[in-house]
Amino acid sequence: MTHGLTDSQFLEIVASFLGPYYIALAMMNGLAALYLWRTGQLCTWFSLPIPLTGKRFEVTNAFVWLLVGSAFVLLAAFAGGGMTSWTSLPESWREAINKGTGPVVYSAGTSIALVILYFTRSFFVKPAVAWTIWNLMWLFLGLSMTDRDFYEIVAKPDNVPIVMLVFLLAFFTWLATYRAVENDKRIENGEPPLEKLDDEKVLVWPDLVYTELICMIALTALLIFWAIALRAPLEEAASSVKTPNPSKAPWYFLGLQEMLVYYDPWMAGVVLPSMIVGGLMAIPYLDFNKKGNGYYTIKERTFSYSIFQFGFLEMWVTLIVLGTLLRGPNWEFFGPYDHWDAHKVSALNNVNLSEYVWARGLNIALPGTPELLWMPDLLRPFGQFLSILFGRELPGTLLVLGYFIALPPILAVFVMPGFYKRMGFIRFMVLANLLLFMASLPIKMVLRWVFNLKYLIAIPEYFFNF
Amino acid sequence: MPGLGDIIRESQIWKSIFRHPMPVDRRNRIVVMLTNFFLHLHPVSIKKQGIALSYTWCMGGVTFFLFLVETVTGVLLMFYYRPTVEWAYTDIQMLRDVHSLGIMREIHRWGAHAMVITVWLHMYRVFLTGSYKPPREFNWVVGVFLLLLTLLLSFTGYLLPWDQLAVWAITVGSNMARATPILGHEGPGQQLLTLGGVDMITNASDARFALLGAREVGEETLNRFYILHCIAIPLGVALLLAIHFWRVRKDGGISGPL
Repeated sequence: MTHGLTDSQFLEIVASFLGPYYIALAMMNGLAALYLWRTGQLCTWFSLPIPLTGKRFEVTNAFVWLLVGSAFVLLAAFAGGGMTSWTSLPESWREAINKGTGPVVYSAGTSIALVILYFTRSFFVKPAVAWTIWNLMWLFLGLSMTDRDFYEIVAKPDNVPIVMLVFLLAFFTWLATYRAVENDKRIENGEPPLEKLDDEKVLVWPDLVYTELICMIALTALLIFWAIALRAPLEEAASSVKTPNPSKAPWYFLGLQEMLVYYDPWMAGVVLPSMIVGGLMAIPYLDFNKKGNGYYTIKERTFSYSIFQFGFLEMWVTLIVLGTLLRGPNWEFFGPYDHWDAHKVSALNNVNLSEYVWARGLNIALPGTPELLWMPDLLRPFGQFLSILFGRELPGTLLVLGYFIALPPILAVFVMPGFYKRMGFIRFMVLANLLLFMASLPIKMVLRWVFNLKYLIAIPEYFFNF
Repeated sequence: MPGLGDIIRESQIWKSIFRHPMPVDRRNRIVVMLTNFFLHLHPVSIKKQGIALSYTWCMGGVTFFLFLVETVTGVLLMFYYRPTVEWAYTDIQMLRDVHSLGIMREIHRWGAHAMVITVWLHMYRVFLTGSYKPPREFNWVVGVFLLLLTLLLSFTGYLLPWDQLAVWAITVGSNMARATPILGHEGPGQQLLTLGGVDMITNASDARFALLGAREVGEETLNRFYILHCIAIPLGVALLLAIHFWRVRKDGGISGPL
C-alpha cells in the first residue's frame, strides 16, 4: 500500500491523517466535559490551593477531560506538523512488544485480561475509569500509526473494519456491563431492574420513528464519508499461477483459518463451524434459567454469560484479530510493529501422540497396518481404519473417546448434578457435548504450545487427523 | 382563502394516496401506524425503555437499514458489472476510474463490512438481555440463519471483483469444503460412499465441486456466486427477515422485564 513511498513521503501521509485524528479526539473529550457540565454530573475529584488568595481551585472531572483534550490538541500540532518522533512509541518499546508477543502470549494474555475484567467489572465500568481506558486505546492507536509496519496493516482499507470492530465491541461491552452491574446492585437491594422503571407507553410516532430517522441519516452520512475517505481495494487481476502470501480468507472467517493451525480442515472448516452454528441455535433450548429475560444482568445468569463471552469475545473475536492483524506470510506470527518478511519461516517440529507414546515413550516401532486380506474387498478399508484407530493410534483414541464419552456422565454426576436434574438426559448431553467441542480448541492449542503436539489421532491414509 | 398546501391536500389525487391526515395529533398518530404499509411493522405504542438506545443499541434496525442500502447500491452496481472472467475485473476498474458515482462500489463494500459487524452486535445485545428466552426461542434460531446468510452474502460478493484478493480468498475458504466428512473428496469417510466399486465422491463430484461448480475457482464459480449473491441468498434473507419481524411483534414486541 505504501510500498513505493520513501520514508519521508510516508511520514507526510501519516502526519496528514494524525492531525485531524488527534483533533477529533480532543473534540471527543471536550464534548465529554460539556456533557458532564450540562447534565449536572460535575464532580470534584480534588482541590488545589491557589497561592495568595486563600481560595481553592476545584479540579472537577470535566476539567480533567478538558485538560486531556488540550493534550490531544498538542499531539495534533506535533503529529500534524511532522514531528513524529514526539508522537510515537519509543523504538525500544516497540521492539519489546514485538519480541514479547506470539500466539501463546496473545491468546493466554487476552483470556487472562478478560477474566480479570470480569471479576473487577464493578471498578472498570465506572464512567471515569472506562473513559480513561477509552482514551488510552485511541492514544495507543495514534502513537502506533507512525510505525510504518503497523500502519501498513491497520490502515489497509479492508482491515479498517476490524479496528472498528474492536472499538465498537469495547464500547458496547462497557455499556452492557455498566447496565448489568447497576441492575445486579438493584436486584440485590430488592429493587426492580432499570428496564422496569420507565414503564409508561409512548406513541411510536413520533418517539421511535424520529429516532430511527436520525439513525438512518447519521448512518448514511457515515457510509458516504467512509466511502470517500477509503478506496475499496482492487489488487492485480486474478491469476491462478501467482499465489499471494499470505492467502487469507475474508476477515470474518479468519477465526476459522486460525483454527487450521491446530486442526485439520475437516474439523476447523466443517465440523467446528457446524457445532458453532448448531450451538448458537441450541442456546434458547438449553438455557433453562428464567431470570434475565428482558434486562441486563450478569449475576443472575453467570453460567450462560461466561460461556457466551468466552465463545464470542475470546474464541471468535480475538482469533479474528489475530488472524487479520498478526498473521503474515507463511501464516507466521508477526508482532504489531514487525515487518512482514516472506522469508521468515519457523521450524515446525510438531509430533503426533502416537510417535510420543510408541517411539519416544516406549522405544518401540510404531505398530503397522495389518493387510486384512481375509476381509471382503468392500469391508477391508473399514477394517484397516479400525485396526489403525485401535492399534497405532490407540493412545489418542482412548483419550478422545474418554473425553467425549466418559466426561459427560462424570460432569452430570459430579460437576453439574443440578443441571442434569433440571435438564434431563438429552438436553444435558447436548449441552455437555457442545461445551466439550468448544473446549477442545483451547485444549488443543495448549497441547500444541506445551508439548508440540501435532495430532492426537493421526490417520492420514483415511484423511482422519484429530 | 385556502393555501396551496390545503388545496393539494384536499385534492382527489392526494386523498387517494394518503387516506388520513398527517400524524400531527394523537388520533392520527395512532391511525397512521395501522394504515401505512411501511409503518405497520411497528406497534402503535411501545414502552419507553424499549426504545432507549442504551437498551436496544438499535443494531437490529441498523442491520436492516444496511441491508436496504446494500440492495440499492447493489442493483446500481449491477448495471455496470458483467459476471464473466472476461469482463469482471475490467468493469470494477471502470467503476473506479471512469464511471461517475463509482463511489457506489465503496458504499457497497463498506456497507457489507458494517452489516457483518452490526449483525454480530445485534446478536450480542439480544444475548446479553436474555431476549432469546421463552417465548422468543424460535426467533433467535431464525436470527442465527440470518447471521449465516449475511456471512454467505459477504462471502459470495467477495469473489465478484475477480482480483487476486477475491479469487484466492475464496480459494482458501472453499478449500475447506473438500475436507467435509463423507462428502468431501479429501475428508474422513471419503470412501464410505462407494457404490459397486465406483467412488462417488471425487474431485469432480464432492461438496466443494457443488459449491464452486468446477474443480477450481473459475468462470462457473463466478457465475454461481453472482447468482447466489444477487438473487438466491437475498430472497432467502427477505423471507427470513419477514418471519423475523413478524415473530418480534407476535412474541410481544421488544423484550422487557416481566
